[in-house]
Amino acid sequence: MSKEHLDKIVAQFPEAVVETHSLCGDHTALVRRDKWLEVMSFVRDELGLDHFIDLTAVDYLGREQGKDRFEVVVHLRSSQSGERLRLKARVPENNPAIDTLCGLWQGANWFERECHEMYGIKFKGHPDLRPLLLYPEFKGYPLRKDYPIDRRQPRVALLAPETGRSPRPGDETPHGHDPGFKADK
Amino acid sequence: MGLETKLKSVPWLATKAEFFINWARKYSLFQYPFVTACCGMEFMSAACSHYDIARFGAEFPRFTPRQADFLLVVGTISHKQAPILRTVYEQMCAPKWVVAFGACASTGGFYDNYATVQGCDKVIPVDVYIPGCPPRPEMVLDGLMKLMDKIQGEKLDEHEVSPKYRMLP
Amino acid sequence: MPVDSVKDLYSEHLEIMLGPSHPAMHGTIQMKVHFDGETIAWVDVEPGYLHRGFEKECEDHRWNQVVPYTDRLNYVSPIINNVGFVMAVEKLCGLEVPPRGQFLRLILSEMSRISDHLTCVAAQVMELGAFSAFLYLIKARELYYELLESVTGARVTTSWTRVGGARCDLPDDFVSQTQKAIPETRRILKEIHGLFDHNRIFLDRMVGVGVISQADAISFGITGPFLRSTGVAYDVRKADPYLVYDQFEFEVPTGRNGDNMDRYSVRMAELEQSLRIIEQAISRIPEGPISVNDPRYTPPDKTAVYTTIEGLIHQFKMVYEGIHPPAGESYAAVEGANGELGFYVVSDGGEKPVKCRCRAPCFPIVAALGGMLKGHMLADIIPTFGSVNMIGGEMDR
Repeated sequence: MSKEHLDKIVAQFPEAVVETHSLCGDHTALVRRDKWLEVMSFVRDELGLDHFIDLTAVDYLGREQGKDRFEVVVHLRSSQSGERLRLKARVPENNPAIDTLCGLWQGANWFERECHEMYGIKFKGHPDLRPLLLYPEFKGYPLRKDYPIDRRQPRVALLAPETGRSPRPGDETPHGHDPGFKADK
Repeated sequence: MGLETKLKSVPWLATKAEFFINWARKYSLFQYPFVTACCGMEFMSAACSHYDIARFGAEFPRFTPRQADFLLVVGTISHKQAPILRTVYEQMCAPKWVVAFGACASTGGFYDNYATVQGCDKVIPVDVYIPGCPPRPEMVLDGLMKLMDKIQGEKLDEHEVSPKYRMLP
Repeated sequence: MPVDSVKDLYSEHLEIMLGPSHPAMHGTIQMKVHFDGETIAWVDVEPGYLHRGFEKECEDHRWNQVVPYTDRLNYVSPIINNVGFVMAVEKLCGLEVPPRGQFLRLILSEMSRISDHLTCVAAQVMELGAFSAFLYLIKARELYYELLESVTGARVTTSWTRVGGARCDLPDDFVSQTQKAIPETRRILKEIHGLFDHNRIFLDRMVGVGVISQADAISFGITGPFLRSTGVAYDVRKADPYLVYDQFEFEVPTGRNGDNMDRYSVRMAELEQSLRIIEQAISRIPEGPISVNDPRYTPPDKTAVYTTIEGLIHQFKMVYEGIHPPAGESYAAVEGANGELGFYVVSDGGEKPVKCRCRAPCFPIVAALGGMLKGHMLADIIPTFGSVNMIGGEMDR
């Protein structure tokens, strides 16, 4: 895989690209989120990366000060040349919003819906940001690092209480041995 | 319930009737395979010609709960799926039996998190639990035979007075 | 005044819920279908009934403990998921698996792919009414389950790979059993071809149904047999060769129209190609270790554990602390049975992943399903959905 795509993006948008790297052979560019749509349009139309592979987000809770909490990560590929590229944009916690890519790739629709319900990142301009994998009564964003893994939100009244995970070294509170009915609403 | 429960007043007839009715019920189970996940693969293997569940009379799946008497909960039940499982169970007529097929249906398996119900017995009452992730087809047939033994040993009015038919919350 | 009786009749769409518990829904997915008579006006597909929190569980387990969770993604071809995940981590660590390990991963991946395609075709034809063909294909699949069980110990959820290698080597009779299984599979496939390829009813239900264009497929991010049926010859094994696929001769079958019949033909042709690859591979498996010889990632040999103190300490540290890949991120793609199965892993140098994302190949395909079904009739949903090969574990994760 050659680096020319990265070089072209840096040449076209010198102020929008924060950093680039090619760790493990994956060419990656971190762009500013206010230029997200422009860079993506350039990448699809000029560089020919039309095959939409993946869109996800990563939660870097506890990262050093000054860096935003979330990072939206998109993987693309060119159907003609087979070149791959990864583009990222940082999204802060206090205003987790970024432009939608639904206008450029139809596949982005469902990927963004999933990202929204798991991390709480809003995609501005998305036609239909309903929950996809979770149910409407679910409150919270489960893939955020501060959402406890065993907080249950049952949808029907259960016949018996569900116990939590067995205690792990490093857990602050004991789990699982108090069979009180955990009905977190 | 059915006419058979009226036979309690004639004990010698009741025991004979019990034997034949239970024998008929256990060898003609119409299953409703509520398949969700990976255990479905072993269910398919158990139902097909190599392991052959048809030998036990439980071959033909009735894909509507109205015509089925044996709910086979195959695979993980998520919280999103739980109301559907309860609705399907309530749509079935008595007598009905439930088998939890696999570790996820029995206790939630190793998915102990926000999305998974820790066992389908938190949602509906269960008769037999088949462990395994997924259980081998031989284990499935063993579980089915245990269910058949349970059915054979039932009393005539078991399905009328059984606590599992209390109204589910 | 003459009244146009049809135009003035009140009519409304009928909404039917197909699923989530439905025999043809291959697991659980709900389709809210709105009908205008018998024709579909629009479909709202709702997944998520098998969402089991894969990513959250991965963030709470050590790197090698993630491997059983990956089995249950595409549970019909579990080895391919195992291989994909450990390849992403090995890319991050900079590990090179020895040749024997790569050959074994390749052979077992192809067997998994065969069992996936057999299951997909079996379920699809069963739903169209051909129950006997389902039994024949599942009988063929049993051959591969027994072979996988002889190597990994499990039929379905194998959990066989580890970062840097695999759990165990082949048994002695594996090559001879495989050489018996391949002609048996070809015999069964020949019967299936005879039953369906020129079957009028089958062709009527499959040709021209569920058509998707090349441009739409690429824009949705569709890969695999679905994309190949539209004519795009993209296969990760040829485009970005991994393991030792570049040493083998095989073709990438493509279709023309992007309809259900093309997808069926592509899958049947891929079965033959996978058999070719396995035949070539089992005749030349190299000798040697199957895991990389790096004490940071591979546990020691059991004889060393029981006889030397260094081996014991090494084993203790590996089990208790696990592995620590260096900080960074990597993406590795393998050719799953449905398309490009990608794993994006992020590490901060710790014992657990920061993020382990599975890029499921059937996720964009099901996203495109709603558009594909518009204008078709109710009975066309079944073969189209069967050709999508939606695996709930992979789609909902």
